[in-house]
Amino acid sequence: MKQYLKNTWLGIWTVLVGMRITFKHLFKPAVTIQYPEVKLTLPERERNRLYVNIDDCIGCDQCARACPVSCINVETTKSIPGEDLGTTSNGKKKALWVTNFTIDFAKCCYCQLCVFPCPTECIYMTDVFEFSEYKRSNLLYKFSVFTEEEAVQKKLNFEKFQAEKEAQKAAAAAAPKPAAAEPKTEEKKSE
Amino acid sequence: MYQFIYDLTGNMIISTLVVAVFPLVNVLLVALIGVYLERKVSAWMQDRVGPNRTGPYGLFQTVADFVKMMQKEDAVSNEVDKKLYNIAPVLVFAGSFAAYAAIPFSSKLIGSEAEVGIFYVIAISSLVVAGILMAGWSSNNKYSLLGAMRSAAQIVSYEIPTALVVLSMVMLTGTLSLSKMSEMQTAYFWNWNIFGGAAFALNKFLLIPFMLVGFIIVFISTLAEVNRTPFDIPEAESELVAGYFTEYCGMKWAMFMLSEYGNMFAVSAIVSILFFGGYQSPIGYLGNTIGATWLIPYEQAFWFVAKGWFFILVQMWLRWTLPRLRVDQLMAVCWKYLIPYAFLNLIIIGIISLL
Repeated sequence: MKQYLKNTWLGIWTVLVGMRITFKHLFKPAVTIQYPEVKLTLPERERNRLYVNIDDCIGCDQCARACPVSCINVETTKSIPGEDLGTTSNGKKKALWVTNFTIDFAKCCYCQLCVFPCPTECIYMTDVFEFSEYKRSNLLYKFSVFTEEEAVQKKLNFEKFQAEKEAQKAAAAAAPKPAAAEPKTEEKKSE
Repeated sequence: MYQFIYDLTGNMIISTLVVAVFPLVNVLLVALIGVYLERKVSAWMQDRVGPNRTGPYGLFQTVADFVKMMQKEDAVSNEVDKKLYNIAPVLVFAGSFAAYAAIPFSSKLIGSEAEVGIFYVIAISSLVVAGILMAGWSSNNKYSLLGAMRSAAQIVSYEIPTALVVLSMVMLTGTLSLSKMSEMQTAYFWNWNIFGGAAFALNKFLLIPFMLVGFIIVFISTLAEVNRTPFDIPEAESELVAGYFTEYCGMKWAMFMLSEYGNMFAVSAIVSILFFGGYQSPIGYLGNTIGATWLIPYEQAFWFVAKGWFFILVQMWLRWTLPRLRVDQLMAVCWKYLIPYAFLNLIIIGIISLL
């Protein structure tokens, strides 16, 4: 009988305790973060989408070599003397035309290994992490500013220069010291 | 109600229509606002936000749900017993909706002033059990059958404490009519049955603790009768998919949902009529104060709906507080605790009312 009354009391009392707790929570502000409108600040060393500041890129290919999944593709063409490529922001002289620089984010594993070897710190992580696409091909990001024709043109220029140099060398071997600057000026005109 | 509307409009057709449609509109509104509030209350209690995308504060969430439900294909699996399967939701809804015929929304807004109001309500809501069993059995699905069986056992058991408490209230008031019961608790809140009724005597103060016990018993057992958490083992989402309406979809499913919310309000209404003065205002009527007696029925309707919503909110509060009872616990609560207490309460109230 005593146990019976105790059970009854316990039943009612525990329900009231529970109700008090839920009633308190009724007036607590929600802990939900309304995601698309409100975003949590990301941690300091977050690893998200890469970005390449192509103006600073010297085309050294070190990032591509560091990449464990080979998602970076760098194509370069040597410049010919007289072409001014400018300098990078930390004062290095650029010597290569970066004709093609693509990163395939479908492959990228966000390991950040490409970031450390870069001598000009032009490849780095951004805070963009929402870039899903319907097509996998859309994840192939192109960072170089060259169009395909321009890239081909640069290549042809270099080959032409190389051929002329060869020809010059051959001529120099045949008849020593003719005007060495001649092909160079021509190049400048064509530029 | 018919006479009241007829006096207002002077048109038989309009008044008949209003009388027929008014409770239906009430049930629909209860379901519409109830589902929204259920989500919001549960969200707030769990420190969440709840629906907030459809309209301001997510107010149109239930409307959107309703539109979605209307569009759904009425898929019926091959192996179901088609006749019973199709009748079941209608029967369940009819059972819960028919109870509204005897519920007095105010002294004027009452479908039928039947002398046996409370008896009728208890009898007609038993129809729901038949509907639920039908739905469970005809679905040809073990979860549905399990849910239906549990539901039948539960509802039939919990009708006993309800009936015992109702009986004690009938003994006290000496009437079965719901409108008379509400009328007796007129004027201020200390005349409500929970505070011992209108008669000012020694009885009144002796009755108060036993009224409280009676109220707790009837609230718990009606909660079980409408299959709400913590007594929702017939539905038990986490173990029985959706219980007896697992196989239903679209509007048929909506009928079950509608009847659940209709039941919630009906049960709240019965509790408030038995113990909390029904449509009576707790603080007197504005209509009496300013001398506009025509205002009183509307005020009464307001108080009635407010009390109904208060108890619906308490039901939601309980739902998001307590975990579901196991089947044996459920039966133990009913047979070992509620029924003995209800019996004792019945006897004591009987003796006090004889004094």
